[in-house]
Amino acid sequence: MTAHMKQDKPDRSNRLDAMKQGVLGKAIPRIEGLAKVTGTAPYAAEYAVDGCAEGVLATSTITCGKVLSINKDAVLGMPGVIAVIDDPKLITRAAQGTADEAPQQGPKTVCYWGQPIALVVAETFEQARDAAKHLAVEYREEEGVPLDPQAVEPEEQEDETVRQGDLAHAMAKAAHTVDVTYTTKGHASAAMEPHAAIARWDGDKLTVHASLQMLNYNISELADALNMEEVDIRLISRFVGGGFGSKLGISEEVVAAAIAAKELGRPVRVALSRQQVFQCIMRRSETTQRLRLAAGEDGRLIGFGHYALASNLPGETFVEPVLQSSHFLYGGENRELMLEVARVHRMTAGSVRAPGEAVGMPALESAMDVLAEKVGIDAVELRLRNIPDQNPEEDLPFSSHKLAECLKQGAEAFGWDSGLRKPRHSRDGEWWVGTGMASAARVHNIAEARARVTLKADGTALVETDMTDIGTGTYTILAQLAGEMLGLAPDSILVDLGDTRHPRGPGSGGSWGAASTGSAVYVACKAIREEIADKLGVQETDLDLAHGTAASGEALVDLLDGKDIVREGHYEPGDIEDDYTASGFGAFFAQVRVNRFTGETRVDRMLGAFGFGRVLNHKTARSQCLGGITWSIGVALTEALEFDPRDGHLVNCDLAEYHVPVNRDVPDLEVLLVEERDPAASPIQAKGIGELGMCGGAAAIVNAIYNACGARIFDYPMTPERVLAAMPD
Amino acid sequence: MSDIISVNGTPQRLPDDPRTSLLDFLRQHIGLTGTKKGCDHGQCGACTVIVNGIRINSCLTLAAMHDGDEVTTIEGLGTPDRPSDLQKAFLEHDGFQCGYCTPGQICSATAMLQEIANDWPSDASEDLEGPPQLTGEEIRERMSGNLCRCGAYANIVAAIREVAEKSA
Repeated sequence: MTAHMKQDKPDRSNRLDAMKQGVLGKAIPRIEGLAKVTGTAPYAAEYAVDGCAEGVLATSTITCGKVLSINKDAVLGMPGVIAVIDDPKLITRAAQGTADEAPQQGPKTVCYWGQPIALVVAETFEQARDAAKHLAVEYREEEGVPLDPQAVEPEEQEDETVRQGDLAHAMAKAAHTVDVTYTTKGHASAAMEPHAAIARWDGDKLTVHASLQMLNYNISELADALNMEEVDIRLISRFVGGGFGSKLGISEEVVAAAIAAKELGRPVRVALSRQQVFQCIMRRSETTQRLRLAAGEDGRLIGFGHYALASNLPGETFVEPVLQSSHFLYGGENRELMLEVARVHRMTAGSVRAPGEAVGMPALESAMDVLAEKVGIDAVELRLRNIPDQNPEEDLPFSSHKLAECLKQGAEAFGWDSGLRKPRHSRDGEWWVGTGMASAARVHNIAEARARVTLKADGTALVETDMTDIGTGTYTILAQLAGEMLGLAPDSILVDLGDTRHPRGPGSGGSWGAASTGSAVYVACKAIREEIADKLGVQETDLDLAHGTAASGEALVDLLDGKDIVREGHYEPGDIEDDYTASGFGAFFAQVRVNRFTGETRVDRMLGAFGFGRVLNHKTARSQCLGGITWSIGVALTEALEFDPRDGHLVNCDLAEYHVPVNRDVPDLEVLLVEERDPAASPIQAKGIGELGMCGGAAAIVNAIYNACGARIFDYPMTPERVLAAMPD
Repeated sequence: MSDIISVNGTPQRLPDDPRTSLLDFLRQHIGLTGTKKGCDHGQCGACTVIVNGIRINSCLTLAAMHDGDEVTTIEGLGTPDRPSDLQKAFLEHDGFQCGYCTPGQICSATAMLQEIANDWPSDASEDLEGPPQLTGEEIRERMSGNLCRCGAYANIVAAIREVAEKSA
């Protein structure tokens, strides 16, 4: 039986707070955690499958052109080599998030350096790797394709363009103006688990263990790639070793493993090398951004301009949504926002954690720091003065808004000095010490989702959905949600995730998993509660369940009388999506030290205060924020994809050359969860938290660099040479 | 040459293919998939195991080079029924998210605490001669070979600290 809820209005019934189990929101350890810390949690490549052959992808060494021939015979003579597969159905890029259809197929056409062109299959990994390396390929290369985003005529993304009032006029007459241009380098998701898949066929039925974030979309992408029906495919992703956007869409190894397994009549495993993950999955586009801010004497914005240029391959629909939160974060009646894309033959650009705000917010929030200095007011106060009452572009109310609280509570907890701020006020030996802050904002996303909840006759429960846990805490929060609603301890609830046989939801991405699938679990549990209430002859709203017992004294197991209650919850966001602007908000505060001789920046301490609706688990929510702040440090100081100007290939394609923060780069971090209930965000009143923690944090660090040493830098990341070059004498 | 390697106390025959890394031997040949492959180039630490008491990146060494050696993997440190103190502390402090770097972190931390106990200095040590102090900076420096992209470092340090302070 399916219970359905379409949410056209805010849900102010606040049922969850009326529940009696008292487990939702609690900082309980992850229920799957013991498997992870003991190494017994199986990731995609780790299933023991009899007779499994090993596949290694061979990739292109040209940028653009045609594969004329592949000398298969030479490698087929090598020990253990079974096949060289260059089936036209092979995909040559990963699908974008929520694509729902196959990405580019046909490995004979090369569009970027490092693109997969064939799969070599052998008995062992070592044999396949060696053969793939020796594969001789003849190409016809297309010369002179565009590689430099600055050197092509960009395409305007018209849906993003806003022209309201007269920004040029506002800039001309304003008491204070800022007109600055920032650049940000590309980023890599760099999830710790490289993409991998094991495919096996049983007749015409395909099962793939894969490392994917959004199975509901991935199954249709795979079906489309293989010309199959979804009912003949099963995708399993029980444990995913990090995603950060890189596993949103079906990727090359999944389709290659499936095709090879079919052709060879035996299971095939394909794992990407770290270099391949870097070069043929997704990059976050580099950006160029111009910020124009026009403010009155008091710092209130009368004009707001944000222009951004990103890049992608020809034909790709995704463009880094740089302006996403700029549309509503601050007021200013004269507005001009425009996003453009340059078509270049670098690898695919797509979603990397917090697409848009991850780079848009650092630019905007650094420009706000410049404005605060010009106006001569405290940086926190400047933000407080510019919080709009409603969306300044769309005449829409906010679903809820905690920016002011986050700014104030964060400032107090950090010990923010709101006095007159001058660079170089503090020195510790050869280090300049300073502080900086920034706002955080990240749009709230939610989508249709289904989940099945079974209240078992023995008084335990089962939650089934294709939702994934990519480290976010899904297993645990769904157990807490069901436990709260059904009056059960989380350890008596089995959460079965990551399997397309279960009811489907949108998966993990855009921070929407918890709110979407959590709402489906909520709807299912509510229906189960109605059934129990019926048995007791009371209204569901009068039913109190805790520790397996109703408040009236009946044990759940007795009420169930040997029968399970099964309900599928089906949640759809209705008009709430159109009637409100929904976003998580927050504030970052950082203290850094900058070496006056080397330009090296070290983050001494950092604090983030975040408001994102109901906190489902204080431990895992805090960890999401810690992760986001850690990424902020990478964006601010070290992370940068570098492309060869001659052929557009990604040069620093490994973890030695692409610098993600390491343990010693990350100081003690403090997280304040400014909890609220957002009734228009979801019926569980929760918003996304997976990305908010990195949306603006880099600017807090960069603003602190300025406060420390007086170096204003407009190019991310702030590497020692850039800091040194910008440091005043 | 005995062609035997001891893994978690169990003798195993070394592989025939000399190209097989210790990491692939553990994962592919004897089914100990708790040791993770993150980069295969010694850049991430996910494959950290303890060989004759010393932590190493198992991707950077060939299985054939470990004739007679004693290897301890995450499976040898504890089990779901009997987790080690560090495994428990990582769970309690949420010292992981996706869990993929976690076995390497825990193997690394286990051997790292022994290095401190043995008075090995690090870049963060104030004094190269005396015993290193168990500061946050020491732990961070010594754990910087183990990347965690989820960004659980703050919780990893807290977990290690708790165990180190208890046993001190």
